[in-house]
Amino acid sequence: MARQTQIRAQMKDGAAEVRVRVTHPMETGQRVDRNTKKKIPAHYIQKMTFALNGKQVAVTDLGPAISKDPLVGVRLKGAKAGDKVTVTWNDNMGESGSAEAIIK
Amino acid sequence: MKKIAILLTALGVGVGVMAAAQADPASDLKAFRAYFQKKFPTVKFDDYANGFYPLPGMEIYREQWDAFNEFPPYELGLADGRKIWAKPFPNGKTYASCFKNGGKKIAQNYPYWDDGKQEVRTAEMDLMDCAKKNGATDKFLSADLNKDTKSRVQLAELTAAFYELSKGERVKIDLSKPGAVAAYEDGKKRWWKRRGQLNFACANCHMDLAGKNFGGNQPLSAALGHPVGWPAQRLGWARLETIHQRYRTCNSQVRDKPGKHGDKAYNHIQLYETYLSSGLPLTAPAMRN
Amino acid sequence: MHTPRRTFLKGTVALSVAGLAGAAGLVRAPRVEAAEWPKAAYEAKTVDDALKALYGSSQVTASGAIKVKAPPVAENGGVVPVTVSADLPNVDSIAVLVEKNNQPLVTAITMSGADPYYSTFIKMAQTSDVHFVVKSGGKLYSAKATIKVTAGGCGG
Repeated sequence: MARQTQIRAQMKDGAAEVRVRVTHPMETGQRVDRNTKKKIPAHYIQKMTFALNGKQVAVTDLGPAISKDPLVGVRLKGAKAGDKVTVTWNDNMGESGSAEAIIK
Repeated sequence: MKKIAILLTALGVGVGVMAAAQADPASDLKAFRAYFQKKFPTVKFDDYANGFYPLPGMEIYREQWDAFNEFPPYELGLADGRKIWAKPFPNGKTYASCFKNGGKKIAQNYPYWDDGKQEVRTAEMDLMDCAKKNGATDKFLSADLNKDTKSRVQLAELTAAFYELSKGERVKIDLSKPGAVAAYEDGKKRWWKRRGQLNFACANCHMDLAGKNFGGNQPLSAALGHPVGWPAQRLGWARLETIHQRYRTCNSQVRDKPGKHGDKAYNHIQLYETYLSSGLPLTAPAMRN
Repeated sequence: MHTPRRTFLKGTVALSVAGLAGAAGLVRAPRVEAAEWPKAAYEAKTVDDALKALYGSSQVTASGAIKVKAPPVAENGGVVPVTVSADLPNVDSIAVLVEKNNQPLVTAITMSGADPYYSTFIKMAQTSDVHFVVKSGGKLYSAKATIKVTAGGCGG
């Protein structure tokens, strides 16, 4: 399954509700592979940055205790329908991804 | 084992009010619906399409389910499934070309009795045959789906994309041919048969114990509405899966052999369960347990 | 025979690592930069240590202005939905900590325009208090929720 970054942004109760979901194992580094009997290396998203019309509005730090295929939600009061929201993320192994959406 | 026997007695598990002795599928259906209406008088018929979440006593689970549905985890797998569905085969054709109406609004008739082939056909079977017929060589077409999780999940994602095209359509299963009724009766026999170390039949958990929480963290769904959410994603699995995989896991949970994915036995059980969910809207893919 | 050889190798290896580290810039002076991932905070073994590493203090005041939405019993301890919002002024950060996790700090958000709101799904090792710490006007406020995680019964 390829890494996907899905983003949904819609106005709700006067603010933009932004939700991002990323295909990511969020591996803690503690699990043991049943076949190789070795620990599966830690692999998790560390940072997820949100920007509204190009200006950064929030940075979330994630750790391995965030669930697999993480979902992160933020709210932006200063936003309106038609504005653009961008999210970018990077993990502890140098992988990264991004997505953008126009607020509905 | 003794502890379990005591537990079962305390929970009032018997053979079930509806003894498997009705005359025909239509009578079965009537008795089946009446059983659940009596058991859960406040639950609306259409609510049964949503698994155990709308049942009384499941409110804590319902709130979490609502939270997940705001942006369901299966959206990731479903996006992959849609890609497989849309990608042309080596000969230029697509999956849509194998199905009536391009695959739209037909999943509510699955599984169906193929009188020509004299067998029950599931969506997974039709999808795989379509691909093979058109020269596709995807791994999931030849993999051992009992062991190769990655391939089976790909099949589940493709099947989910197929079912999505019929979301909201109400289940309608054609049992007009004698072969169909025979397959239905075989499925029914298996559904009522006790099995495994725990000696449970499907009926015990999903009729007698429906709405109860077994062992503290296994809420039990009502059989009414069982198949309409599948392919589904379970929280713990974190991936879309086929209904046969759920059947296999269920059997393991009662300490019976899991059986083989795609087996005729599972096709017949699926036919039986789906017919008994006649009239309910398809919700697949969905979050289930 | 062994000792001189081992010492020789050890010396060589040690030298190489230091050399590599220096060249790669891994050994460096601590930087005060928001873009860094706060490793020490995420590896801290107690709530207090995590807060000290993250915010420089573990002094928190309970606040009813922090609203938490979390299930009393998690359907699955690996995917627990939590949502926190704070009706407090000048909120620039919110952190989520699970007391009984080996490393309590799960996640934190730093706002520079976004609302004092954060929603995500967390992993919990066992039944535990979950703390939601909000930094408002330079001070730390908190609320907590107790979430039960049951061992799988018949759950496959």
